Amino acid sequence: MDQIVEYILSALLVFGGIFGIVGSFGLLKLPQTLQRLHAPTKATTLGVGSALIASMAYFWYFEGTLSWHELMITLFLFLTAPITANFIAKVQLHRAIDKQDLPPTGVGTEWATYDPEVQAVSPALLNDRDPG
Amino acid sequence: MILNYALDFAFLCFGLGLAMNLYRVFRAPGVTDRILALDTMVINVLTLIVLYGIRTRSGVNFEAALLFAMTGFVSTVAYCKFVLRGDIIE
Repeated sequence: MDQIVEYILSALLVFGGIFGIVGSFGLLKLPQTLQRLHAPTKATTLGVGSALIASMAYFWYFEGTLSWHELMITLFLFLTAPITANFIAKVQLHRAIDKQDLPPTGVGTEWATYDPEVQAVSPALLNDRDPG
Repeated sequence: MILNYALDFAFLCFGLGLAMNLYRVFRAPGVTDRILALDTMVINVLTLIVLYGIRTRSGVNFEAALLFAMTGFVSTVAYCKFVLRGDIIE
């Protein structure tokens, strides 16, 4: 039984490690910034998630203590990852992509982050741009 | 024990990922990539802390990991906010 649990934990760790390195490698390899935004999300969800599950199962089975910290970390990461991704995408939209280059939204209104009432960018910084 | 080899492999993967992120922090086309790389660095360090917890068989590190996740999230949002608004709390 010990052997089986150990194999399962090892598989989880290897799986998480592979996804972790794929996420970081994609950050180097993919050609555009908004594509690069996609890669580390795999590391966040699958990589960290399986490492945390492995840790939880390890302490439960081998040490006899079931700790909920790992679940809390997973929950926190899963809750915050979309928020950070949204913020980073917004920064990229405002700093490197012209408004007329964006695809149509298809709902009749403009992109919400360019709504003049929202004013996502400070007017003083509107012309501060990045290349590509 | 096969678990030790798997742990070594995971340490290696996330350590290499951390090195790649560090390269991306220094060599990036724009500020967005740097923010993204720093965010990913937080994720990788968090996983290294968790893996270290398994290796040393102690549960002390999880509080550190949780705090790390929180500060990472807040710092990423603050950095983005600073780039967009020129100020963090207006």
